[in-house]
Amino acid sequence: MSPVFYFLAALTVAGGLAAVLLRNLVHCALAVTVSFAGLALLFLSLDAQFAGFAQILIYIGAVAILVVFAILLTRGAELPGGAIFSRTWIAGLVIAAGVFALLGWAVIESARALPTYAAAPTVSVHDIGLALVGRYVLPLEIVALLLTSATIGAVIVAMHEKEPSR
Amino acid sequence: MTPLAAYLMVAALVFAIGLAGALTRRNAILVLIGIELMLNAANLNLVAFWRYGPHPEALTGMIFAIFSIAVAAAEAAVGLGLVISIYRHARTTDLDQMNRMKG
Amino acid sequence: MARTLDQIFILFKDWIVSFLPSSLQPVAGVILGVIGILAVFPTLFALTTVFERKGLARMQNRLGPNRVGPFGFLQPIADGIKALTKEDVVPFSADNFVHFLAPLVLVVAVFMGFAILPVGRNMQLVDMDAGLLFFFAMGASTEISIFMAGWSSRNKYSLLGAMRAVAQMISYEIPLLLSSIAVVMITGSLSLPKIVAAQAGYTGIWPHWYVFTPWGFGAFLMFAVAAMAETNRTPFDLPEGESELVAGYFTEYSGFKFALFFLGEYLGMFSISGIAVTLFLGGWAAPFSFLTWVPSWIWFFAKVMTAIFVFIWVRGTLPRVRQDQLMNFAWKFVLPYTLLVLFVTALWRFMGEGWERWVVCSAILIVAYVIMGRLQMSRRKFAPRSYRYAE
Repeated sequence: MSPVFYFLAALTVAGGLAAVLLRNLVHCALAVTVSFAGLALLFLSLDAQFAGFAQILIYIGAVAILVVFAILLTRGAELPGGAIFSRTWIAGLVIAAGVFALLGWAVIESARALPTYAAAPTVSVHDIGLALVGRYVLPLEIVALLLTSATIGAVIVAMHEKEPSR
Repeated sequence: MTPLAAYLMVAALVFAIGLAGALTRRNAILVLIGIELMLNAANLNLVAFWRYGPHPEALTGMIFAIFSIAVAAAEAAVGLGLVISIYRHARTTDLDQMNRMKG
Repeated sequence: MARTLDQIFILFKDWIVSFLPSSLQPVAGVILGVIGILAVFPTLFALTTVFERKGLARMQNRLGPNRVGPFGFLQPIADGIKALTKEDVVPFSADNFVHFLAPLVLVVAVFMGFAILPVGRNMQLVDMDAGLLFFFAMGASTEISIFMAGWSSRNKYSLLGAMRAVAQMISYEIPLLLSSIAVVMITGSLSLPKIVAAQAGYTGIWPHWYVFTPWGFGAFLMFAVAAMAETNRTPFDLPEGESELVAGYFTEYSGFKFALFFLGEYLGMFSISGIAVTLFLGGWAAPFSFLTWVPSWIWFFAKVMTAIFVFIWVRGTLPRVRQDQLMNFAWKFVLPYTLLVLFVTALWRFMGEGWERWVVCSAILIVAYVIMGRLQMSRRKFAPRSYRYAE
């Protein structure tokens, strides 16, 4: 593996760890943005140009911004006084460690069966576009429907309700 | 370690970090961030399998990842909308304090 | 001769690179290209600040800067020295690390956008298959840096300015993307050189630019409005409305970091004008068939500077809009109209050659424009202000 891969992997994992461990919520959001950027670069290192740029556009440009907006709207930018981890954090940590152990074991056990080398695929954006409106047109339409309904739903959920008179 | 296995290990690590964040943090927004990390790890798996799989020209893994990015965006919007509306109701985003069914 | 002049920078680059061993040549070529971008656009920024101040002054019956150098054209050097020698003040309660990082992230993200801009024939740093997507991805990354700047300053004006800026940029990014998708639909490519190539050719002396088609004109108008909002220029400069928010999200920055924000803003203008020129105005192609002997890069920069002049002109003409007018305009006029433009583009694509498509497409766009404008005006969504207390 190239040093670039190790650097990107370290960036991604460090961003994720910081996002989970930091105390200040805005710092967490910025750290997770670093992690998203690292993942986008990993996509690029996998020759998935389109997916990498889409990742930057949607995760850094939209999801991270949504998260910081939500943090500021819920007064999360103020430092929490008490504990930041829930009462049952040990159980959560054990479950996460168990899941990682299981996944890692599965990857290492099957590493011999995995393909070692593949020539870089030469797919252009043109091919992706053709696939999206050809073979995958039904999922595309369903995603369009889902996004529309999600937008409307999010607006309705977050809309100011009329305060009942007390 | 083969390249594919290395990518899979990174994805597993990010997934575990996201899961730990979602399960242990008190703040609802942090739980959502953890879920986003888990989704991203799954995307990395899909793209890695697409890249090293036998038929990259079929584009299956890549298209799946693109759809998953789109769905994750919708999920984030709705999830954060819910967090904001809960905050408006209960004046907190602490999940340990949201233990009543009564509003 | 014309050929040599057209490719002079490429030839110069090849000449320098030829001194190096062949293993280093590709890397050296890229580095030279980066140096070119880093040299040209900041110089253009310095010139533009003078032009803007002098042009605005003319529109407002003033003289503008005229003390430093001939006609005040060395003013940016004086400003630069001032910015560099000023004390770098960081607020006491500011988040030091994020405060330091914000201007860097902004400038880096903006500079990245120039990588795919074709500034002349064969003059492009990287020809990416998904070039347009890359440009918008980089544009979206600047939003997070603006939020970082506003939040880390721990100042209510900075935070308000950042929230306004981010909300505005997210709202106007959608019409910006959708109106450029109209071009992608016709060209069938996200690669900018291919988009320029698709607009090559002349009928008589007139070029085949997309802005001269009904759908292209509609998309170009919407793109221009969205670009003005995206770069936080007047009339959409609420994020830094001086009378309300001091200087918006960079209130608490001083010295060199302030200059970096200024640089980032102007570079954003250049890159978005460059994209507009590439998408709708034929890129580096000459505007008339008998002018093709002029080097392509001169045309590109002439067009970009014309776009910048329009930015300045609009700034000198229009007052700032209100926040509710801004949002209503984005979501109730620009976005639906852009969607209609997309529909008309599809219609244009499938109606085939002939004069019918010109009539039908123009009619739909004009009628929709008039009806939507009238309806919204009568509902006072973004009507002229009524000065209730001033009358």
